[in-house]
Amino acid sequence: MSASAIFVLDLKGKVLICRNYKGDVDMAEIDHFMPLLMQHEEEGLLSPVMSHGNVHFMWIKHSNLYLVATTNKNSNASLVYSFLYKIVEVFTEYFKELEEESIQDNFVVVYELLDELMDFGFPQTTESKILQEYITQEGAKLEVAKTKVPTTVTNAVSWRSEGIKYKKNEVFIDVIESINVLVNANGSVMSSDIVGSIKLKTMLSGMPELRLGLNDRVLFALTGRDKGKTVVMEDVKFHQCVRLSRFESDRTISFIPPDGESELMSYRINTHVKPLIWIESVIEKFSHSRVEIMVKAKGQFKKQSVANNVEVRVPVPSDADSPKFKTSTGNAKYVPEKNLVVWTIKSFPGGKEFLMRAHFGLPSVENDEAEGKPPITVKFEIPYFTVSGIQVRYMKIIEKSGYQALPWVRYITQSGGTVATFLISAL
Amino acid sequence: MTDSKYFTTTKKGEIFELKAELNSDKKEKKKEAVKKVIASMTVGKDVSALFPDVVNCMQTDNLELKKLVYLYLMNYAKSQPDMAIMAVNTFVKDCEDPNPLIRALAVRTMGCIRVDKITEYLCEPLRKCLKDEDPYVRKTAAVCVAKLHDINAQLVEDQGFLDTLKDLISDSNPMVVANAVAALSEIAESHPNSNLLDLNPQTINKLLTALNECTEWGQIFILDCLANYTPRDDRESQSICERVTPRLSHANSAVVLSAVKVLMKFMEMLPKDLDYYGTLLKKLAPPLVTLLSAEPELQYVALRNINLIVQRRPEILKHEMKVFFVKYNDPIYVKLEKLDIMIRLASQANIAQVLAELKEYATEVDVDFVRKAVRAIGRCAIKVEQSAERCVSTLLDLIQTKVNYVVQEAIVVIKDIFRKYPNKYESVIATLCENLDSLDEPEARAAMIWIVGEYAERIDNADELLESFLEGFHDESTQVQLQLLTAIVKLFLKKPTETQELVQQVLSLATQDSDNPDLRDRGYIYWRLLSTDPVAAKEVVLAEKPLISEETDLIEPTLLEELICHIGTLASVYHKPPSAFVEGSRGVQHKRLPGSAGSGESVESPDTGSAAGVPDAPPAVIPSQGDLLGDLLNLDLTPPATSGPPPPATSGLQLGAMDLLGGGLDSLLGGDLGGGSAMGAGFGAPPAATAAPFSAPVSGGLDDLFDLGGGVGMPMGAYSPPKTVWLPAMKGKGLEISGTFARRGGVIQMEMTLTNKAMSVMTDFAIQFNRNSFGLAPAGPLQVLTPLSPNQSIEVSLPLSTVGPVMKMDPLNNLQVAVKNNIDVFYFSCQYPISMLFVEDGKMERQVFLATWKDIPNDNEAQFQIKDCHLSSDAASSKLQGSNIFTIAKRTVDGQDMLYQSVKLSNGIWVLAELRVQTGNPIFTVCLKCRAPEVSQCVFQSYEAVLKN
Repeated sequence: MSASAIFVLDLKGKVLICRNYKGDVDMAEIDHFMPLLMQHEEEGLLSPVMSHGNVHFMWIKHSNLYLVATTNKNSNASLVYSFLYKIVEVFTEYFKELEEESIQDNFVVVYELLDELMDFGFPQTTESKILQEYITQEGAKLEVAKTKVPTTVTNAVSWRSEGIKYKKNEVFIDVIESINVLVNANGSVMSSDIVGSIKLKTMLSGMPELRLGLNDRVLFALTGRDKGKTVVMEDVKFHQCVRLSRFESDRTISFIPPDGESELMSYRINTHVKPLIWIESVIEKFSHSRVEIMVKAKGQFKKQSVANNVEVRVPVPSDADSPKFKTSTGNAKYVPEKNLVVWTIKSFPGGKEFLMRAHFGLPSVENDEAEGKPPITVKFEIPYFTVSGIQVRYMKIIEKSGYQALPWVRYITQSGGTVATFLISAL
Repeated sequence: MTDSKYFTTTKKGEIFELKAELNSDKKEKKKEAVKKVIASMTVGKDVSALFPDVVNCMQTDNLELKKLVYLYLMNYAKSQPDMAIMAVNTFVKDCEDPNPLIRALAVRTMGCIRVDKITEYLCEPLRKCLKDEDPYVRKTAAVCVAKLHDINAQLVEDQGFLDTLKDLISDSNPMVVANAVAALSEIAESHPNSNLLDLNPQTINKLLTALNECTEWGQIFILDCLANYTPRDDRESQSICERVTPRLSHANSAVVLSAVKVLMKFMEMLPKDLDYYGTLLKKLAPPLVTLLSAEPELQYVALRNINLIVQRRPEILKHEMKVFFVKYNDPIYVKLEKLDIMIRLASQANIAQVLAELKEYATEVDVDFVRKAVRAIGRCAIKVEQSAERCVSTLLDLIQTKVNYVVQEAIVVIKDIFRKYPNKYESVIATLCENLDSLDEPEARAAMIWIVGEYAERIDNADELLESFLEGFHDESTQVQLQLLTAIVKLFLKKPTETQELVQQVLSLATQDSDNPDLRDRGYIYWRLLSTDPVAAKEVVLAEKPLISEETDLIEPTLLEELICHIGTLASVYHKPPSAFVEGSRGVQHKRLPGSAGSGESVESPDTGSAAGVPDAPPAVIPSQGDLLGDLLNLDLTPPATSGPPPPATSGLQLGAMDLLGGGLDSLLGGDLGGGSAMGAGFGAPPAATAAPFSAPVSGGLDDLFDLGGGVGMPMGAYSPPKTVWLPAMKGKGLEISGTFARRGGVIQMEMTLTNKAMSVMTDFAIQFNRNSFGLAPAGPLQVLTPLSPNQSIEVSLPLSTVGPVMKMDPLNNLQVAVKNNIDVFYFSCQYPISMLFVEDGKMERQVFLATWKDIPNDNEAQFQIKDCHLSSDAASSKLQGSNIFTIAKRTVDGQDMLYQSVKLSNGIWVLAELRVQTGNPIFTVCLKCRAPEVSQCVFQSYEAVLKN
């Protein structure tokens, strides 16, 4: 069905820890993984699935680790990858960072987790908050009586335990939209999309029932009410706490939230957006001597709004040297390991325009390796504002004890990377 | 303090020290010691010597310590089965523990200890745990049934665990339901005929209810299980779809893909005029698009599946071209898949956008990606006629860049464009010719040569151009040599006066100086053709070529249907059926889409019931790439006939070619061409060859055109060895049993003669088999109805099935039998010819055969010789076919016949064979390739037995 065994390898391919779930694939097969990976890489045929004989390797890479699942059956590949990423998520929540060292430092817990996360190739409980209730790092301190399975594990509500208490009942709602715009060298927008997500920080007692109301056009069309601006969401994805069939039938978003932080939902909107920060660039490359870069950034959003932490990343040739910068605001820095100039502007009001000039020397002997033409990317954050105009109309919170709870809403727009391809005029 | 300290002890005598610590009285010290043991195990040191000491620590109330000991046990129990028994008591005790966590842990771990002896002890605790009050224990026990089944299937069946597992589908707890479904599916997968998951509307309803409540993983198990169900009518199909669609909004991509699988399958049954059908189509697009924002590996799986989905139902994503545009930072495997889908979605409406993108990609730096982008432009030109002109000019622009690999790719695709749109874009030939010198890849050179040959009359210096290639003829690759040969013959036929010398030169290079049989044969054919009848030669060589089709790499419809049933799995990623990469999956079932009900429209899959379902006529797909275009007769692409008598000629042209050669034969042998002696050598078959049936008149290439499987007479019955005495009367207290095996009408029969040599009457016969390599088991009771009087003999025929319990025997085909009568129980063993297990549908598709042959590592190849076999290759082939050894293709090289054959065993193992037969030589050579090389020896024995009898 899915994995026969799971391995965690270091960058050299040495097994750090592994767990054999089914015993139908020889554990020594993993020795073929690294040579195979290198061979694929050399041939330019890198692929997330590789096979050796009748053994198939499905792998992902995370920091300095490879997570590999082996199988000799027709496994559900999407399940395996989802599961590998889930392992990363759970381990990260347990150990803060998931890397070679944290695996070694916590191998006892890692074994325990691997035992609990999957059984005979079937993923089991993977909610790290719930796992933390009965698999703890301080195993020694636990009294036997305490280590009972939380009923949550097998409950229909498998993501929230009972008996949570807060003095003050609050829920914080963050609506975060990230926009991706691709502009080509002629200045026309090639593609644009908005990916939004609604994140919760729940600090509520008991087992509260929540209902979230958005200005969703489909909902308004269903109920016949049409007040003000509405938003068409192209596709919505929900945390498993949301009752999907309810949403399907009447677009109601109802759920019992997990405790603490979680991503409740994400959505995609296909409306055309213009870049919020417009970039124009002139890059002149004088072979064997220098590169001159001029970048103009213009805030194309409302004057009242301010973009924070703006970062304009301009790629430069890998053999460039002796950088010189001049900026009208903010400061520019050369990051040679990434072949980038990063121009940061702490606060960028709408309607304003700023300029940056950079000058680099080039060696007289030309690098004859062809280099890619990465685009200029822009990163920023605009608080109190969403591009799509999505709004939280209400958040109803009902708990049987009848307490009053306060919902707080925040809106942020981020750039998932406004991207501008550009021309290099070679002289 | 971290655990890393446990890794640091590397002193000598470590094991000894650990032993002491493990036996310490102090709990804390014990635990530290176990941790050190586990740490050593983790880094790959052998700490199995500590087995008894570690197991001694098992009885503890410290959960963490217990888990570590269990972990140790799982790792080493198999290497120390006798000692593992020591642990059984604690396991059994733990299964009774008041703490459900410990009960579950015990039952989970016991299932992971794959030691036969232990499994017996597992039964009672497992039975209790399956009925445990705590759902956590029940869900763990459910999985344990699957584990146990994997170790000892018979035991699970005998103990009735399967029924308990089925009952768990109705459990009140959704997680228990999900795990029970997962376990049953897993078991059913390895026993496809067991009808374990007999899904009916009631169970389906239970599953759909649990679907709303269980974890994301449970939802996947349930959806994957639902996908195996075939609804009874379109109403049921619709109601299931309605309850599955909400899953498309799940955040987990794997849940979404499994839901898509169910919907794509059940949609087949909905009438297309139904409103709901349209709604469903619309609902599928957004979630598929969103999958492209998942992690790259999941994107890759999604893209491979979308590739299938757009082939099956192009309407779903036809408006979503933009999302498949390549992003700068996509990994290369995502980029290449996106390109593929872009071409599939290209249409007149979006072609401008697509071309702009592709042109951009062609200037990137990643060579593989650029190549594929250039190819994509060519494929667009072929697919969207209106865009052809624009594509050609884009390609010309790219040729101007003079980037070597771009130019070469461009020329390869322009050749295809010429074939698709003859007499339209030949004006660009001049530009192409300018780049002749820069071509260094065989494919590009071959393409260019083809162009020059095809348009020789328009290219003034065609002879010079081709002559320039001729200089290094022997250094060229075969592809280029063949193309050059054909091109020069074309040139000669078009401009005979100036090029006589050239053609002579190339013919002699090909026939006399080359040791490549294909090239030599083609040279001879041309030579004979030209010398016998130049007019016919013209008709053959310059015949009008069939147009190449739009889509060049569509997946064959039946395979596509099967792959749609496997959405989300490795099969869908590889675009190969599971049987092509999963070895030994018993009685491999090819999944099919259900047929549509209701609407009277033509349906994609006409039937589900009959095993040999006739797919709708495959579109005449002629792949344009990877083949030698304008090949000799332009016929090499004729789809091979699959069975039955060979079509003597599938087209008039082919027939013509045959006659021509036949007619030319005598005159050729007369040797009026001056090349007589060389030809004699090349044609080296002794006179017998000329007298031989016409099916193999000329060696090489042409034979491949025909499927030779049918050159065979009526299939004879399978070979059955003569009876031998299995149980002598001495050992059988007067009962003598002799017997043999036979396969008739797809059923294996065990044929026995029972003789009573005792003084008293024998009654109450019964038979039982021990577990054996291929799961042979009596399909019914032993039918000896009348009592056997003294000195009486009776013939009994016992039908056998192959779904019994499996255990590897030595030798592989050994069978241990117990026969009981009123006197005693007698045991004997016998060996069955493995050919009994060769199933009737063991004829592999030619393409699959080729791919599989390449795929199986050479290490798995075994070679044998059969001496003293005086059969012709055809007689051998027909003899073998009688025993379900199927000849897929035949080639003749230098008078040696090579038969390519396939065999499928009853447990789904395929064996591929190459049988070499030299006329007049009584020694045959058999080359066997199989993923399970152990069977090779047995298969060879069958070959020998069949051929010699």
